[in-house]
Amino acid sequence: MSDTVDFLIIGGGPAGLAAATLADELGLSTLVLDEQSEPGGQIYRGIETVHPKTLSLLGEDYGQGAEIAQAFRKSGAAYKPDASVWRVDEDGMVAYSHNGKGATAKGRRLLIATGAMERPVPIPGWTLPGVMTAGGAQVLLKSAGVVPSGRVVVAGCGPLALLVTQQLVTAGVNVAALLETTRIGDYFSAARHLPKALRARNYLSKGMKMRRSIRAAGVAIHSGVEKLAAIGDNRVQSVSFQSGGSQSEIPVDSLLLHFGVAPNTQITRQVGCDHEWYEAQRYWRPIRNEWGATNCDAIAVAGDGGGIDGAVAAALTGRLAALDAAHRHGVIDSVERDRRATPIRAELGIHSAIRPLLDALFTPPRDICAPKDNETIVCRCEEVSVSDLREAITLGAMGPNQLKSFTRCGMGPCQGRMCGLTVAELIAEANGEPVENVGYYRIRPPIKPVTLGELASMSD
Amino acid sequence: MFGAAVAYGLARDGVSTIMLDGADGSLRAARGNFGLVWVQSKGLGLQRYADWSRESAHLWEDFAADLRDSAGIDVNHQNGGGLNLLLSDEERENYRRNIDIMRQQAGADGYDCEIIERDEIQKMVPGLRVGEGVAGGSFGPHDGHVNPLKMLRALHRGFTQLSGRYFPCNEVNHISHDGGVFVAKSAGNRFTAPKIVLACGHGITKLAPMVGLNTPIRPQRGQVLVTERIEATVEMALGSIRQTDEGGFMFGNSEEETGFDDGTTLPVTRNIAARAVKAFPQLENVRLVRNWGCIRVLTPDKCAIYDESETMPGAYVATSHSGVTLGAVNARHISRWVSTGDTPPNFDQFSARRFDVPATA
Amino acid sequence: MFRRLHEPDGQSVSIDFEGEIINVAAGETVAAAVLAAGAEHSRTTPVTGATRLPFCMMGACFDCLMEIDGIPNRQACMVRVENGMKVRRQEGKRRLEA
Repeated sequence: MSDTVDFLIIGGGPAGLAAATLADELGLSTLVLDEQSEPGGQIYRGIETVHPKTLSLLGEDYGQGAEIAQAFRKSGAAYKPDASVWRVDEDGMVAYSHNGKGATAKGRRLLIATGAMERPVPIPGWTLPGVMTAGGAQVLLKSAGVVPSGRVVVAGCGPLALLVTQQLVTAGVNVAALLETTRIGDYFSAARHLPKALRARNYLSKGMKMRRSIRAAGVAIHSGVEKLAAIGDNRVQSVSFQSGGSQSEIPVDSLLLHFGVAPNTQITRQVGCDHEWYEAQRYWRPIRNEWGATNCDAIAVAGDGGGIDGAVAAALTGRLAALDAAHRHGVIDSVERDRRATPIRAELGIHSAIRPLLDALFTPPRDICAPKDNETIVCRCEEVSVSDLREAITLGAMGPNQLKSFTRCGMGPCQGRMCGLTVAELIAEANGEPVENVGYYRIRPPIKPVTLGELASMSD
Repeated sequence: MFGAAVAYGLARDGVSTIMLDGADGSLRAARGNFGLVWVQSKGLGLQRYADWSRESAHLWEDFAADLRDSAGIDVNHQNGGGLNLLLSDEERENYRRNIDIMRQQAGADGYDCEIIERDEIQKMVPGLRVGEGVAGGSFGPHDGHVNPLKMLRALHRGFTQLSGRYFPCNEVNHISHDGGVFVAKSAGNRFTAPKIVLACGHGITKLAPMVGLNTPIRPQRGQVLVTERIEATVEMALGSIRQTDEGGFMFGNSEEETGFDDGTTLPVTRNIAARAVKAFPQLENVRLVRNWGCIRVLTPDKCAIYDESETMPGAYVATSHSGVTLGAVNARHISRWVSTGDTPPNFDQFSARRFDVPATA
Repeated sequence: MFRRLHEPDGQSVSIDFEGEIINVAAGETVAAAVLAAGAEHSRTTPVTGATRLPFCMMGACFDCLMEIDGIPNRQACMVRVENGMKVRRQEGKRRLEA
């Protein structure tokens, strides 16, 4: 049995919640399928249940999520948490698992709001216990009030690295160092964008303030860090790196990595949306029109899954997609849709003005995206190393899919989420061509593992 | 798989060989290789094909050793016989009838396949509980299996190490013949050789007429499912349900007339999953991690086509959906046929001219 | 290694992790509970037997696979703790239940 609704939304982050709230207000029957157990997505993870002490150290940006979640809860939109989507069809049919059972739902209009994930960047030793993503550490903090003990180093680039460092320091965690892979020069070239974007000035000064307070708390900040490596036998014991021409090694109990975020394109790729390479941030994003609509007739994308723009913009694009859905269902005419969209677009415009600055500040260096060290594991599931991949490329595996056939890279349970970007960077580097020409894995269902029993017992 | 096996065989015989291949996203029949070296179901209507499949199965052990030597890759060849599970009385009856026909067709040469009962199946598959719904099985002693991904990689690596030259991203879109030399053109390049072998799956449809060959093939979709890795449970080759040496179980037996659409569909994957659970109930909570559709290359009688052009000698075509089973004969006999002209006995039976003969009234 | 900022208050539950009974906060994920309990590793890989701990905590990386209540290869970062839950490391390839 398939539930059919006017507006089916995958993902309970700011984009999905805001879209659902508005769609319900406009009279569309709306259902949100969420892989998490409660609304908020990753950015507002645990927003309804967070411990008051933890809330105070997470900062006010996080606190804003409560409003979005409350509005959603008050709406009449249906919510199905713990729903793991493993297949989406172009006509809006979604197959998912819930409490160990397979089910389907169908949206006359389908919104994919599955957000982003941290860019996986392989460094030597990144599979060792004790190495985790900075975002993962933040999830632990938000959802469980759990933090790394002992000596911690945060390494990489991107706003989240700074934010997590700040939050951990506030929580009393011993952060020994912040290793930034961006160069000091990046700040200067970023500054060129300042006059165009006033909000950027605030943003930059906020970031600078955060850096100052982190430094004041005793965290050593190294910029322009290269040759980052996690070292240890059965768990990480130290992190080594080069900075300013000298080699250093710091003993650690935990190493937190962060190299920016990239859209989670598993579902948009599986269903057949067209994607484009965004060179400024070195990721793929689905091609969308101004309402988030894709080349698939029934399907739109909102939020960071369509391109990284942060939580505030995500909610705005979610609302635009809801207005468009209402228009397509004949609930509002195009004049009304456009009228209601005007203030949303104005806010989005102000918000997006900061994008060039962030891109300039936090573009992951290309040499980091294509790991150099032969022993480094690229595919964490099948444990395929850089040298395995290089050999297959030499043999003539000309793209990610042939490489997968040759090496099993991307065949494990994560379905290539952790290696897809890296593999394309390695091929591009080896063949001297742009990543854009290399392409990506062909993503097929199931995008999350599903048991044979769940699949076998599905009804029509 | 057909092309790589023939190319490997040519390189192994010291023939200067170029292998031209499509791009990353090209339609690849090799994606559908299940890994079976399978004889029991082959050759209904063409006994020469049944013999050919059995010969290849017998050559496979040497072929695997050969690949190990030249490529350093163990393709995990197992030849302990193969078991095809029959999940209803109707399936069992149909298969029994096929066995009778095959026996008659084989005559004195014999056809080695027999229906066995559930308790015998259970003895052959001691690691898994055989489901109540299993109505029997057909056992073929010549059957076996290999790891098809390792086989593909071994052929490529072996070919390269034997001085073969591989040009990916050079899908051939035109062939001409001039002064005893074939010229194959891709989007950006042009390659010349005195001989040319078309073993490019569905690409043959476009290219065969350019060298005066008629090769009737059509697409048929098969969907394949693969599970998470599981500790070794089943050694024997099972038709449509087999455990790979890496641990994943592979399922798939759909035969869909859906043209060149290589997508997957919920109803078909669901039926494949249901069959798997019916055969082995312990697989119920095993996770499916990969699922894809592949486009088989089918000839009208499902048997291989091997032809040399009459109007342009030196142009050959080789195709069938059984790239793994026929790997050994392709790498040995077919490469020799191309390089020396020596044909295996009764080889003309594989010509597509067999389809020109009008059926007797 | 990890620690809790505050002890599980009123709503704590107990789970069995590798035969040891540990008190954890209701509502948190198995991955969080296992990390807070100081686990050195939560699985070994099916390919080389290397040890791993949860990496992404958001359901993407599959490095947190564990055997939970007898079911192998579950994503511990996506499963919430329940009183009396039995949690085991996923050691290499999974087995089939009898």
